[in-house]
Amino acid sequence: MRRVTAAAIELAMALALLAVWWIWSAGSDSFYFPPLPDILATFGDTWVFARAGSDVVPSLARLTAGFSIAVVIGIGGGILLGGSRTARGAVGPIVEFLRAIPPPALIPAGIVALGIGDVMKVFIIAMACIWPILLNAIDGVAGVETTLVETARSYGIRRRDRLRFVILPAALPQIFAGMRISLSVAIIVMVVSEMVASSNGIGFFILQSQRSFAIAEMWSGILLLGLLGYALNRGLTRIERRMLHWHRATRSSALART
Amino acid sequence: MLAALSVLESVTRTELISSRHFPPPTKIFSTLARELGSATLWSDLANTLGGWALGLALAFAIAVPLGIVVGSSALLHRLLALPIEFLRPIPSVALVPLVVLVYGTGFQSKLFLVVFACLWPLLIQTIYGVQDTDPVAMDTARSFGLGRTERLVLVTLPGAVPYIATGLRISSSVALMLAVTAELVIGSAGLGRSINLAGEGGAVELMYALIVVIGVTGWALNSVFARIERRVLHWHVSVRRLEHAR
Repeated sequence: MRRVTAAAIELAMALALLAVWWIWSAGSDSFYFPPLPDILATFGDTWVFARAGSDVVPSLARLTAGFSIAVVIGIGGGILLGGSRTARGAVGPIVEFLRAIPPPALIPAGIVALGIGDVMKVFIIAMACIWPILLNAIDGVAGVETTLVETARSYGIRRRDRLRFVILPAALPQIFAGMRISLSVAIIVMVVSEMVASSNGIGFFILQSQRSFAIAEMWSGILLLGLLGYALNRGLTRIERRMLHWHRATRSSALART
Repeated sequence: MLAALSVLESVTRTELISSRHFPPPTKIFSTLARELGSATLWSDLANTLGGWALGLALAFAIAVPLGIVVGSSALLHRLLALPIEFLRPIPSVALVPLVVLVYGTGFQSKLFLVVFACLWPLLIQTIYGVQDTDPVAMDTARSFGLGRTERLVLVTLPGAVPYIATGLRISSSVALMLAVTAELVIGSAGLGRSINLAGEGGAVELMYALIVVIGVTGWALNSVFARIERRVLHWHVSVRRLEHAR
């Protein structure tokens, strides 16, 4: 019952904010802030589904490709580096330096080296996403309880199975924490790369609308990005919850015991 | 590190990777050394760091008091939870075109983007931190007859500091990213714009030299914040360790 009231309050607040925006913008003759109904109408015209195929799909495809590459390299590298202290020491400074470069600064370099096509954007997105995942995977793998690993070893469990059934599950919560950070970075970099050099994509559409003073279109794009960001985050949280339900269960039961 | 650099050097010298795309490190560093003597580099750096610092400070000034207020009231938190959840994932870069319309292409636009992006990590961390107050400490303080403000200053805030420090570290790198993005996309003065211009003008070595500069800057900021955080957390963790030992 309390959860229902809580949800009701949250929903009421969101609706109230929307209403405020609606009323405040209704009489607006400001060129930059068109009335909300106009934005929503444009949103319908533009994204359902006139430009969905030409702008949303390419954007999401690049995002997925870059993010997946980063996940694969990040986890793989994390397992390699997390298992060996010398390897970590050797690669550490390079990783620290590359991680510190703000990803958008690499876009001009990406254009010079790879052109302005999809390859460049996927590369930049992957470059931006690797570091949080890699660092968290290293921490996760290196932080697996030694008792666990040694027990597994003394039972004669093979290396590959140890990796699969002991090390990876133990490191997974940390890896997911890294992936969540990476996802929001990925969205930012996707939009920026499309704004700097592209002929399609959501970022391109928003900037193009602004430059041609199609203000309602621009707002509809901003709205779409907000919704996409929200939906993608929710999706990842859901996957995480499903894959880590055992983790939450053990944690809460451990808490209940104390 | 040296090994990696020498591999890069030999690969680029032998044109395995075309030096037009990636010049040898020695050339990048000699360009960098030359640029270090020029005023442009330093004014670019000052511009970028100015946006970073002012934006971060403004976001801090808004988010931390707001987070304390929202975090200490269950009703307020509930009211604002959904709007925060909706606003937070909006990539701040989506606002680039709007900001250009409203503020133009100058420093203000950059500042707005940085503040908007930094606000959320700081706000959420502060709320978590305030809510995570140790109930025993709180009850103890209350039974000792400490007033509301005293409890806030002596119990709630120290408990929230580690969280705020984490928020600050996250925001710092986000701020740098947004400052560079604003310079890159909007063309406000700063390192981002110079990197873009160098790239478009075919001055590849200069471009990489500037990327090295921004990387070193980011690394320096990261380690400063990590050090601050370690100092703050050190106290925190050590207290908890002591409790565990007992």
